Parts: sequence; C-alpha cells; structure tokens
Amino acid sequence: MSDVALMTGLPEIARVRAASMTPMEASDVVLKLGGATVLDGVTFRLRPGGCTVIMGPNGAGKSLLLKLLHGLIRPTSGRVEWNGKPATEVTSRQSLVFQKPVLLRRSVMANLDFVLRARGADRSRREELLAHVGLEHKAEQPARLLSGGEAQRLAMARALATEPDVLLLDEPTASLDPASVLAIEKIMADARDRGVRTILVTHDPGQARRMADEVIFLHGGQVAEHAAASDFFSGPQCQVALDFMNGRIVV
Amino acid sequence: MALAVQLMLSGDGDLGEIVALSLRVSLTATALACLVGLPIGAVVAISRFRGRGAVLILMNALMGLPPVVVGLLVYLHLSRSGPLGFLGLLYTPTAMIIAQTILITPIIAALSRQVLEDLHAEYSEQFRSFCLTRRQTVSALLWDGRYSLLTVGLAGFGRAVAEVGAVIIVGGNIDHLTRVMTTAIALETSKGDLALALALGIVLLVIALGINAAVQGIRMTAVQQAHV
Amino acid sequence: MIGNSIGVMALTIAMTVSAAAQDKSIIVQSTTSTANSGLYDHLLPIFQDATGIQVNVVAVGTGQAIKNAENCDGDVLLVHAKPSEEQFVSEGFGSKRTDLMYNDFVVVGPESDPAGVGGMSDAQAALKQIAEQGALFASRGDDSGTHKKEISLWNAAGVDPSAASGDWYRETGSGMGATLNAGIGMGAYVMTDRATWISFENKQDYTIQVEGDEDLFNQYGVIPVSGDKCPSVNVEAAEAFADWLISGEGQDTIAAYKVSDQQLFFPNAPVN
Repeated sequence: MSDVALMTGLPEIARVRAASMTPMEASDVVLKLGGATVLDGVTFRLRPGGCTVIMGPNGAGKSLLLKLLHGLIRPTSGRVEWNGKPATEVTSRQSLVFQKPVLLRRSVMANLDFVLRARGADRSRREELLAHVGLEHKAEQPARLLSGGEAQRLAMARALATEPDVLLLDEPTASLDPASVLAIEKIMADARDRGVRTILVTHDPGQARRMADEVIFLHGGQVAEHAAASDFFSGPQCQVALDFMNGRIVV
Repeated sequence: MALAVQLMLSGDGDLGEIVALSLRVSLTATALACLVGLPIGAVVAISRFRGRGAVLILMNALMGLPPVVVGLLVYLHLSRSGPLGFLGLLYTPTAMIIAQTILITPIIAALSRQVLEDLHAEYSEQFRSFCLTRRQTVSALLWDGRYSLLTVGLAGFGRAVAEVGAVIIVGGNIDHLTRVMTTAIALETSKGDLALALALGIVLLVIALGINAAVQGIRMTAVQQAHV
Repeated sequence: MIGNSIGVMALTIAMTVSAAAQDKSIIVQSTTSTANSGLYDHLLPIFQDATGIQVNVVAVGTGQAIKNAENCDGDVLLVHAKPSEEQFVSEGFGSKRTDLMYNDFVVVGPESDPAGVGGMSDAQAALKQIAEQGALFASRGDDSGTHKKEISLWNAAGVDPSAASGDWYRETGSGMGATLNAGIGMGAYVMTDRATWISFENKQDYTIQVEGDEDLFNQYGVIPVSGDKCPSVNVEAAEAFADWLISGEGQDTIAAYKVSDQQLFFPNAPVN
C-alpha cells in the first residue's frame, strides 16, 4: 500500500492541511516510567490523511504512545516528530479526546466557550459545533450531568472546536452504549473525511474495522505489526495480533 | 439564652451597630484576603519549583498566626510613631480590616492551594492538551473551584469574626467606633457580666450559623448541578 | 507575607473614611477601671453635648496606656500611677498633669476568708498575713496602676511575693476584670479598685475583706499629650477635655456618678 493509495478520495484542501503536519515519525521511542519500560523501541511512520487505529492488549502502552504523539509527555529516548517538528511543539495543532472526558464544572455551552475563548477561536462556531454533535438542546445543562455518551460527544465538539490538524482519540467509546458508539464514530469519520489526520486507540475490533485505514498493533512495548487495514483484517502477520483478533486472551 | 433572645428581639441599637461593624470588618477582610490569597493558592497549586515544600510548610504554619501577634505587628506599623502612622489609621475599622486580612490571608492561600491542587490533578492533562497559559489555568481553576472555595472563604471569615486578639489592639474596642462582637464579649467578661457576655456570644454564634447556612444553601444548589 | 500585607494596606487605605481622623474627635488612653465602671458612659455624652467633641476611649492597663500615649496614639492620658505619670510629663510626652479624682483600693476575698484578714484596715499587715498563711492571691501582673500599687504595698510589708509566683501568688497578666474572674474562680484574694468592684457583676460569695487604709488611696490623674512631642495630637480638643474634667462642671459630673447608690469616684482637682 502506497502513500498515494491512502490519499485517494480525499479533497485537495484536506490533503494540504494534513500534509502540513505529516509525515509523522516515531524513531526508536523508549519510555520508562518508574523503572518499568513501557515503550521499548517503537518506530513507525504515519503518512498524510486517513485514520490510523492503534490496537493491542492492555498495558501495551497505547495510551502513553498517544500522549507522546500529542507532546504531553517526552520519550525517555528516541524522537517523535511531526513533519520534522518535535511533538511538544505542535500540541496546539492537535486535539486529544480522553477515554473519560474531563468536563469543566460549567454548562455544556460554557465548556465549548472556554476552549474557543482560550484559543482565540471564533465564538460564533459554538452553535454549529453543538449541532454537529447533536447537543444543541442540552446547551444550558450542567456538563457534569450529561450521560456518558453525551459527555463524550461534548468532548468531541470541544476537540474539534480548535480546528485541529490531528485528532487523537483514546478509546473514546469504551463503556458507551451502541447508539452513542455510532454517534461518536460518525463524528470521527466526518473529521477524518474532512482531512483531519485521525489516530484512534481502540479495544474494539469491530470499531477498528469500521474506522481504520491502517492499523498499528502494539505488543510488549513494541510495534508488532503496522499494516493497511485491508491486509491486517484479512489476516494479521504476527501471531499475537492474530490471537487478539480471534478473541483469544493476549497478555 | 433567654437574655440572648431578648437581646436580639429588642432590636437594641447598640447591638445592631456592633453586629454590623463585626460583619463589615470581617467580610471586608475576607474579601481582601480572598483577592490576595486565592491567586497565591492557585499559583502555588499549579507550580512545581525548588523549595516548594518549604513554601507549603510556611503557608501552613502561617495559618496558625496568633491574632495577638498580628495585632501587635499592625499596631507597630500603624502607630503614630510607626512607619505608617501618618495615615492616622490606628483605632479605626480600617486598621481592624488590615489586621484581620493579614491574619486570614494565609488561611485562604493554604486551604485554596489544597482544594485547587486536587482540582488541578483532575484537569491538568486536559489543560495541557488545550495548551492553556498559566493565567488561563489559574482563572479556570478558581472559577471551577468556586463552590469549594466558598468553604475556604468561610473558614477565613470564621477565623476573622471570632478573633479578638488583633482587633482589640488595633481597634481599641472604642464604643460606637471600633467595638465588635468579640471585643464587646471580652469587655462584658471583664466587667464580670458573664450572662451578657454569653448572650453576645450566642448572638455571634447565630450570625455565624446564618452565614454558614446561606453558603451551604449555595453549595447544595451547586451539588445538584454537579458543579462541586 | 510582608509584601502581602503592604499590598493589603494600600488597598484598604483607599477605602478609609475614618471617624478618628475627624477634627472634633480625640482618643483617650485610659485605665480600665474608669471605663469598666461605666464612668465614661456617664461623662462623655454630657461633654459631647457641651462641646461637640467626640471622645473615643481606649481602655487598657495603665502601663500600656502610657506606652500607647508615648507612641502618640492618644490625645489624652487618664490613668492612676502618679510616679509613672510624672515621668511621662517630665520626659515631655505630656504638657501638664492634674489630679482628677480618687477612690481607693480594697482587697476582696471569699466568704471563708482562709487567711483571716476580714475586717482588717492595715493593708500591709493583711498582705503579710496572706503571705504567711500561703493563702492564694491573684495579682494583675500586668504593669498596670493597680499592679504597681500592689507591688509597692508588698514592698512596704517586707514580702517578696514573686518568690511564690505560681505557688500561692498567681499573676494573671490580665486586666482587672479578668483577674477578678480568675481570682474568684480559684478562691484567691484580689486587690482591686473600689469602682471596678462595685460595678463588677460576677462577685459570687466575694466581699471586701480589707479597706480603709491610707495606703490604699487611689489617685487618678489626667494629662493632655504634648503637641510638641506628638504633632498628630489634637491639642485644642485634648486640652478642652482635660480642662472640662477638672472644671467645676466636670468635677460635679464625676461626683454624681453612682452605681448601686454608691459614689465610685471622688473628684479632687485643685480649685483654680
């Protein structure tokens, strides 16, 4: 699978936008936390456009890898660079959606306003963003009283409010009901189709199939497999990925 | 007890004046202490620097500042023979406000530091993802912690309205000018009128209860909105 | 902290509209007995009606009152420790000292009278007896006028009570009222001025045990604070107040003040 193949089907403008941040390169990334080696020589390259799904068993270091890509933490050694710039310098051009959304103790609307104002964005986009995630009728409600699915939709709207070039998602639909999963996936797919480079950590093989253009499978702190979605799902090359996809317990 | 009820019901002008001055002095001191103490608490809460541990110890220790010592320090500054004597502030409500502000600012700072540090632990990763400036982080924490900080303010107010050591030195317990609840209680005690002193104490307690109930009411509303 | 406090002061100064800064008000640094006995509540309204001068009373022990006045934190000094007052004047802090009024000290004690001093009129002998019996005695211990007087009586009696401090001699380090409360609480003898005692409301089973000795004479004096030493002093109003107190009208007003039908203070200003 070539770069070109992955890029087809995207509007021209989207390709330009994504291209400004990509390619992304992780070279021999090692991350040690409290004596334990969580990531142990992770190397991969992300091309512009599309959705990369990161999979792997619990403790494989998926969430930490996402934070490294976002520039929230620094690797113990190795480099993470977006189009030649260290990840820590481009945090503001990305948005990260956490598994459990951290919502401010304010109304739904005020949560969006906060980000728009903090980043000097156009506040009039609030209504459009709320409508996009289907929360316009909840605008005045305290954000902390939203259901799990609604809260994650608000987190998605908030993440998109800054018009990021890259959208990082850390198991955004874990423990949500099917309808909410569907809603979140639609928002993710919309963003991806508009050219936002999307990187999704998920545990759910079904979601991976629906969303992925390519898959990175992490195991034991290393990249066990990095393949185009069609290749990966038709039959992973490495045994752990195969076991994982077949529902066997992988540790 | 009966005397306390009688005191309150009689609408005694002197009592009203004393209560009003107590509230004015202590509420103003609390507001000023919050103005200074909350930003300090917030900045320390989100900052990591060398010697932070020592700063925390100092902040916590200053919570135990004896009112008399504060009163004495303020007296020495405001006395006509002191560096700020030319202002003519000694034996005025302003002097009492200054003393109480100094007394409770460390309380506000230290307690708000604790509250905001907990809140920051929850928000910090998300805030770093948003690439917020320190100023934005501080103001967001102060706003989102507002209902918890009400309790902090209450702790400061409670300390201020209940202390006698500082206000009696810098206020002088002057009738109709600087006499507040606590200095009036001290005066009645020294006159041996223990019943009246106790009645005044009960009045003070009732006022404190009222203010606490009001704040609790506000907090309850906030809890319903999951804002605490 | 210091920077903090200065900031706060700057803030509050902006809001200051202080009553004490008004032209027609003075601060009297006073001993507690005159204030606690209610004398000022009786005197001041009459003086204020006559002159329009607002008198603010800070009631502390004589020692502290003198210290405060030396810091220029008062316009008039009204205390009862003649030697200290004369020193205050000779050091230039006060313009002139005038005898104002007197009453007397008494020694109060519990009904049981453990030292058996009840009815004695020789103060020195009574104190000596208290010391010999080791009966509890509560002292002000605060450098006040009453405390100074008490020390001079012990000296005259040839007893050094400080040796028994913490034993039978209990120094409270507090005002007259607080010392009475403490003394009554522990069953100790207490020396107090008569005015405070008469108006004191927590007497319980305490009565006057020793009184009537010339040595127990308690002279009050009034001193306007010197404008030369303390430019902030409102000299005109301070002198107006002192002059009024020693005038015929002021003296009559002092004499007219009674609690429980007993006169508390006896005016004795020299007649001009």
